[in-house]
Amino acid sequence: MSGAAEPAGPVATAIARAFRDERSIVLATLIRQAGDFQLAEDAVQDAFEAAVTVWRRDGIPANPGAWITTAARRRAIDRLRRNRSVADRAQRLAELTRLDTPHEEPSMHEESTIVDDRLRLIFTCCHPALEMPARVALTLRALGGMTTGEIARAFLVAEPTMGKRIVRAKRKIADAHIPYRVPADEELPDRLRGVLRVVYLIFNEGYAAAEGEHLVHGELCDEAIRLGELLARLMPDDAEVCGLVALMLLHDARRAARVDSGGAYVALDAQDRSLWDQDRIREGLAMLDRAVRLRRPGEYQLQAAITALQIQAPDAESTDWAQIAELYGALAKLNPSPVIELNRAVAVGLDSGPAAGLELMEPLLRGPALERYQPLHAAHADLLRRAGDAEGAVAAYERAIALTANAVERAELERRLGALR
Amino acid sequence: MSQYMLLVYEEEVETAVQAEREKGLPMLVELHASLREAGLLDGVQRLHPVGSATSVRVRDAEVELTDGPFAVTKEVLAGYYILDCADLDEAIKQAARLPMTHWGTVEVRPVMAPEEWLSVAQQAGADVPDEAVSELA
Repeated sequence: MSGAAEPAGPVATAIARAFRDERSIVLATLIRQAGDFQLAEDAVQDAFEAAVTVWRRDGIPANPGAWITTAARRRAIDRLRRNRSVADRAQRLAELTRLDTPHEEPSMHEESTIVDDRLRLIFTCCHPALEMPARVALTLRALGGMTTGEIARAFLVAEPTMGKRIVRAKRKIADAHIPYRVPADEELPDRLRGVLRVVYLIFNEGYAAAEGEHLVHGELCDEAIRLGELLARLMPDDAEVCGLVALMLLHDARRAARVDSGGAYVALDAQDRSLWDQDRIREGLAMLDRAVRLRRPGEYQLQAAITALQIQAPDAESTDWAQIAELYGALAKLNPSPVIELNRAVAVGLDSGPAAGLELMEPLLRGPALERYQPLHAAHADLLRRAGDAEGAVAAYERAIALTANAVERAELERRLGALR
Repeated sequence: MSQYMLLVYEEEVETAVQAEREKGLPMLVELHASLREAGLLDGVQRLHPVGSATSVRVRDAEVELTDGPFAVTKEVLAGYYILDCADLDEAIKQAARLPMTHWGTVEVRPVMAPEEWLSVAQQAGADVPDEAVSELA
């Protein structure tokens, strides 16, 4: 928690829990009521800081969430009185003051308002008029409950730089009047895809870290899954939301197996399967099931289905490559990309033999898109080797080795090359 | 009579330097009043800082948004629109209808309300009464 001193004991625990469970709910509603992101966030921050003192003095309130809501609203009123630049200030003040009476305390019938407010907050943080790094940072801060310092460390950026990025984004939301609302039906699919992209980017940022200098940023993976699950609760009928959650859970289940004891990356077929998190896998498969039952196929669901097939097979040889090839074909139709074509060629090669795989790979080898893409040349080499073209395989392995920056990958490619000579 | 558009360019400066500039508002209020009196002033508006800009282009029927101002290239300023929109989403939607977005770029910049202009200047220490808002813009 930023700003507040670190108190010990039950008060600290209660505040940490309220911060994790209630902060974004309180914030989401207060932004709507106060009409200003920054002001609402400052007021919520004030409320948490006040809680440190007041809860120690008077005891932890029976309903910490309600306490924070009331305290934040009063701080917002104070701040609104001092700040003249907020639009519709008088009206906002009147509304907040009206709410600040005991009999106006929100009740359960406002559950749907709370859901809407959280969706408003998500769609505002992920607005396409904000640059991508700002969307990611705002989402993690406002909805994920990470502090600016934590976000900065996770993205290897200096804290003041990250702070400026967040402040600038909030300023743009206010100045340009980025609306605080859930997009209308006709824009919703497009905007939701944008939100899912932000969530998946957060996940990948955490997941891909295993391949760099530092270890997996587990907290980013956890936050992305939490955000995905929140979206799945708020929009339970959207198949792609479920598909993305399934995909993230199935990847995350293998988190521990992706890095060896020396901190190096371990490829899927070399992973120790006993390290896979079976609970996570079950959750992921259940989520994928839920998505598929909605009968609205999409990219994330297809990717999750491919991952599920790979995970469920006892080893690489007994994997259902025919079905994987088919899923890649469907994926290529939705979102044509050379990398998906490559994956399809590899799956076809494993299912129907090297000649069929080579035939699909041919156009990729001729085109410029993947010219410097190491996995293409490594996969090409494997297919040539299996087809009995040792000379061609040697050349392709050499090309792949020249393109790799990863020491573990290089060692593996050199081992395969050595076996040919 | 011909119409002319005067485009104001300036560097965005740090808060303290900007505050000094804001203090010059009384002179601007006077200037606007005299231009109006002479029948020359059709309109004057201040824009929010460039960080609030969104650039809109349409390519292959896809609306492409960029967070930030239009970067200077060979393209030059060719005209302007002033629209009254509920929010940025509507402004972007209308901007994307302009055929120029298919070959050029339309930068969407929020106009600062005269009240906010006045309030920003007053907070920086400019000596202007609230009533000056009607002279300002």
